[in-house]
Amino acid sequence: MKQKKKMTNKKKSKKPALSAWEIVSISRHPKRPILQNYLSLIVKNFVEFHGDRYYSDDKAMIGGFAEIGGQKVMLIGHNKGKKTNENIERNFGMAKPDGYRKALRLMKLAERFNIPIVTIIDTPGAFPGLEAEERGQAEAIAKNLTEMASIEVPIISVVIGEGGSGGALGIGVGDKILMLSNAIYSVISPEGCASILWRDAKYAPDAANALNLTASDLLRHGVIDEIIKEPGEGAHTDYEAIAESVKKSVLKNLEILKKLSVEELIQSRFEKYSGMGKFSVNQSADRQVNK
Amino acid sequence: MAWYSETTTTKKKSKKDLWIKCKKCHSHIYKSEWEENLNVCPNCNYHGSITSYERINLLFDKNTFKELFNNISPKDSLKFNDLKGSYKDKYEATIKKTGLSEAVVTGHGKINGIPAIVAVMDFRFLGGSLGSGTGEKILQAANYAYDNNLPYIIFSASGGARMQEGILSLMQMAKTCAGIARLNKKNIPYISVLINPTTGGVSASYAMVGDLNISEPGALIAFAGRRVIEQTIGEKLPDDFQTSEYLLEHGFIDSIVNRKDMKDYLSNVLSFYNR
Repeated sequence: MKQKKKMTNKKKSKKPALSAWEIVSISRHPKRPILQNYLSLIVKNFVEFHGDRYYSDDKAMIGGFAEIGGQKVMLIGHNKGKKTNENIERNFGMAKPDGYRKALRLMKLAERFNIPIVTIIDTPGAFPGLEAEERGQAEAIAKNLTEMASIEVPIISVVIGEGGSGGALGIGVGDKILMLSNAIYSVISPEGCASILWRDAKYAPDAANALNLTASDLLRHGVIDEIIKEPGEGAHTDYEAIAESVKKSVLKNLEILKKLSVEELIQSRFEKYSGMGKFSVNQSADRQVNK
Repeated sequence: MAWYSETTTTKKKSKKDLWIKCKKCHSHIYKSEWEENLNVCPNCNYHGSITSYERINLLFDKNTFKELFNNISPKDSLKFNDLKGSYKDKYEATIKKTGLSEAVVTGHGKINGIPAIVAVMDFRFLGGSLGSGTGEKILQAANYAYDNNLPYIIFSASGGARMQEGILSLMQMAKTCAGIARLNKKNIPYISVLINPTTGGVSASYAMVGDLNISEPGALIAFAGRRVIEQTIGEKLPDDFQTSEYLLEHGFIDSIVNRKDMKDYLSNVLSFYNR
């Protein structure tokens, strides 16, 4: 009897779980900490490098040498802004092919000098514009996915806000994928999915739910490795606390990865991505089709 | 009365079966002529769609193709429901209708005597979308090429990632590219043939990273859709935007090859690899 009472109390004190759509809103909160906040809170000695060496310097994607808790890394990430002028300059964190090519150039540099790579994911998606298509947005992302599969240093990817489809994955092929508890990661925006499958963007909350885009969904489906719990009502309520948690989690996972040999690292990364997805396997029935 | 109406309906039916209207130049072509010309318009060279098995028959020497990994089919692991119903109902109906088990057919055979592994996507299966099963077959075929040291050719035809599998479909992009990366390391040839249409997550993964990227005339090849871009920039795009000709001009395609020449083109290219 006593025990029963205790249990009901516990249930009462627990807040109801947020809906997928509420989490989408938190991930896009105007005050949500962006890469620049983490740079000032947990990164020391950030030496930014510019340009893809082909066309331009994409300000939506930044990267350079950085120190996190004394650990030297190559830090690369989507660069959203907060103020309107920042967001215009940084294209709302939507990178062009130049951004993905800069990211790859810096990853290759890190590989040559055995510097671990940390990528910070926070983008609505890769930029869908004329010049992005013209300069090969698809090719730039595809090349990163292929090259990241065999980069011979540890890669840690952290989804801090919006993980927008191919634009996120383009720097997201990590050995460990960490995700903030109110971040999202999806194949398509809920609005985009709703306008295609529900024929109306107003069904975005339904699409958000159906897409399984929250951190707990991704952990359950074996896509991410760890959830970094956000303080209070979300990361925007306590910058220091969330930055500290991100730092701790990155360093802890880096220690694990540093113990692997290059061969083990590449093999385990291959196995990690090979194992992704769920499908049915029927009785084998190889057959001859052409006459 | 009875004999009269019967004749008219038969006549109507046979007329519809006899002609094909070209989607590009709108000319009427005899169906038999259209099919003899491999679903290509004899008038304007518009390349219509063909099924994966039709393409396999065009590509491989007689009695050499053996299908592999066709025991893989989709799974509704997200229990995805939209207004029209469940993903499970959708793919089960597609399997029944097309006789395919996934959006890609994989196997090995000989192209003018040269052995190769091939993956041929089929747009009829949920718009050729890249799901977990699709990605698995493409990866397994890549692994087969890796283990047996054989060249790998993928024919892509896809609207992109399969939304109904959510994040798992996105991850197929990384999964398939991981397979391609191993081929690159071992110097195994990988040729990508981009068929109309190759868009979204498929263009942004294995389809764009061939040692050689080949296409057919007039194929749509794009990352973002035309409508999305027009909304972003607020203006109309040129007609040839995102066609294989446009991509050739911008340096992303090695060559545009007519369907009837594809087999000889590929075997000729493969004959140069000194391995």
